[in-house]
Amino acid sequence: MSARIGVVTFPGSLDDQDAARAVRIAGAEAVPLWHGDADLKGVDAVVLPGGFSYGDYLRCGAIARFAPVMQNVIDAARGGLPVLGICNGFQILCESHLLPGALIRNDVRKFVCRDQWLRVENANTVWTSDYTEGQEILIPLKNGEGGFVADDRTLDELEGQGRVVFRYLRDNPNGSYRDIAGITNERGNVVGLMPHPEHAVEQLTGPSLDGLGFFASVITQLVDA
Amino acid sequence: MARVVVDVMLKPEILDPQGQAVLGALARLGHSDITSVRQGKRFELELDAAPDAAALEEVASTLLANTVIEDYSIRVEES
Repeated sequence: MSARIGVVTFPGSLDDQDAARAVRIAGAEAVPLWHGDADLKGVDAVVLPGGFSYGDYLRCGAIARFAPVMQNVIDAARGGLPVLGICNGFQILCESHLLPGALIRNDVRKFVCRDQWLRVENANTVWTSDYTEGQEILIPLKNGEGGFVADDRTLDELEGQGRVVFRYLRDNPNGSYRDIAGITNERGNVVGLMPHPEHAVEQLTGPSLDGLGFFASVITQLVDA
Repeated sequence: MARVVVDVMLKPEILDPQGQAVLGALARLGHSDITSVRQGKRFELELDAAPDAAALEEVASTLLANTVIEDYSIRVEES
């Protein structure tokens, strides 16, 4: 039986269909989840996709955090369910306090859309085990509020515990502290990042196939579990 | 009945690109004496009951402000 990976759609989500497609290409079943429905449908993992949930009103992710589906996602994530937040999904994970820090407006004061090199700093999370530490990957980045910030104590803690999962390479696109592109929780089951692995799963539309590893990783972990 | 105002500002150490953009526009308008702009948010809440300080703290700290990056102040305007 193939792994069942839920993809949440909020009002204003943009990349839910691409995320579901990436899940299918990687060999799992994509299960649509609805923001207003508290049912996780027994999925083995959840992806919070990119976009502008609730129009980014108030703050990015601030209203999505309180969506009915999120109460279950938060509880399940604390219990070990693999959860991946991409872009707006990362913002939602920070607003939900499943991940520390926050995402603020890009320091360059522009929306940045480009293919971005990243270095994999932690290949031990459930979403990155198919990569190797130090591997460089190329995946699209597109955001206006992608500057990762946290206080020095939190940043030191993240670095000390190996919880920085990805770092921007060559050119920091948005002012993220310490070039941080993605982080994980202590247990390694919750990962958030601003760049978009789901857009790098097919030769026709992506700059590489480097994004497939996220979905392949979690499928491997679920099969082995 | 009461009106409560909650002001939310980015913490001083957090970069405010919006404020910087406003500052740049002000300079172009000739207001070179303005040396800094920080942009915040103001929420006006109408209540149909007496304000409850603890409940207002919860509203401000859980939803209106993200205390990782923002400070807030609450004041009751009329009750």
